[in-house]
Amino acid sequence: MKSRLLVLLLIVLAGVARIEAHAFLKDAKPAVGSTVQTSPNEVQIRFTETIEPAVSSIRVFDASGKEVDKRDVHLDRWDHALLHVSLPRLQAGTYKVMWRVVSVDTHMTNGNFTFRVGR
Amino acid sequence: MKHLALVFWFVCAVCELGTVSRAYGHGFAGARFFQATLSTDDPFVSDELSLPTISTIRTPDDGGTRETDISVDIAKRITPQFGIEIGETFTALNPHEGRSTNGFDNLELGGKYQLLKNGPHEAIVSLGLDVEVGGTGSSSVGADSFSTWTPGIFFGKGFGDLPDALRFFKPLALTGVAGVGIPTSASSRSVTVNEETGEREVDIERHPDVLEWGFALEYSVIYLQSQVKNMNLPAPIDRLIPLVEFALETPLNRCAGGETTGTINPGVIWAGQYFQVGVEAIIPINERTGNNVGVIAQLHFFLDDIFPHSVGRSLFGGTK
Repeated sequence: MKSRLLVLLLIVLAGVARIEAHAFLKDAKPAVGSTVQTSPNEVQIRFTETIEPAVSSIRVFDASGKEVDKRDVHLDRWDHALLHVSLPRLQAGTYKVMWRVVSVDTHMTNGNFTFRVGR
Repeated sequence: MKHLALVFWFVCAVCELGTVSRAYGHGFAGARFFQATLSTDDPFVSDELSLPTISTIRTPDDGGTRETDISVDIAKRITPQFGIEIGETFTALNPHEGRSTNGFDNLELGGKYQLLKNGPHEAIVSLGLDVEVGGTGSSSVGADSFSTWTPGIFFGKGFGDLPDALRFFKPLALTGVAGVGIPTSASSRSVTVNEETGEREVDIERHPDVLEWGFALEYSVIYLQSQVKNMNLPAPIDRLIPLVEFALETPLNRCAGGETTGTINPGVIWAGQYFQVGVEAIIPINERTGNNVGVIAQLHFFLDDIFPHSVGRSLFGGTK
């Protein structure tokens, strides 16, 4: 009985060692729903899974719906669960961040949040 | 059963060494992650394993009977829009007076087709057909000798499209189901002998068509944190989904029309990356249903996340 349980455990661990999942937003800068006093240089989003950058995106829109990011989404050099997109100097107002990512196991997820620049 | 579990995990692990292809997950409509509900079926076609779901409640039968159910359910996508389900329940009955009994309930089979999904409005509608296969369970625990077919419609709707003025309501979501259970036998006859008179007595039990309906209202802290406002909530609170489920049945004919029974089940689910755990109270809505509060708990695995390259992907059309 014990040997069977051990074999089962090893098999499960073999599978678990490879598991990957849907990427959820873990944290962001500026933070989700936050107000920042100065214009941020970029939006960073860290996900719960490693991201496939070629098919992932972050887009930032102003209140009129105009895309304001510099369209240079890139993966962090050291942290492959962290995406960046650069921003120009933003005026005071509310901005909407829309993200769409594919984790390395090919699961696609998307989401959005807002932050506010207040001066 | 142990051998089956061993074979299942072995196949999963071996298949993980296989190919890589694009897979779509279950439980998502746009930015909304819908977790699996415990008491009502969710609208998603998915690769999932509920092992186990345990519930216990004292029913009004025979002057009060403690019923404990331990069930396993597995769902598998055939295509991204169509999946099948199979479930089995072991039931133990402990009456207030008399002998305890236990056994397997009837086998349950199901199929579900995802009719539409709207990402921006976090909405989904599915059609399904469940079959309780008569005669496959033990009559000692009340398993019917006849089958029951239940076609139904399932829906899910997240409230993420509310205006920003109502942003703290955006984490709310509603899922629900409505179906009609149609037994293949309208009635059953049983013959007993009266011990005092020695006469034979024929008892006829009618089996009405039953409207099975229910819904779940849930508030996702995951959604709140990642889509609305980061409240810096600590683990495990940051992945909780408080919810209340309503699981109801209304007979439609055969002298039982309108006598609704059911339960209201408030509880909470913690959803991780690969599995979720949930627990709910089971509160009868009326005396017909019962007078005692029960409990249901479930451990539920997301097979598409645990085994994305093998049993966790649809058999056909996985690249769609």
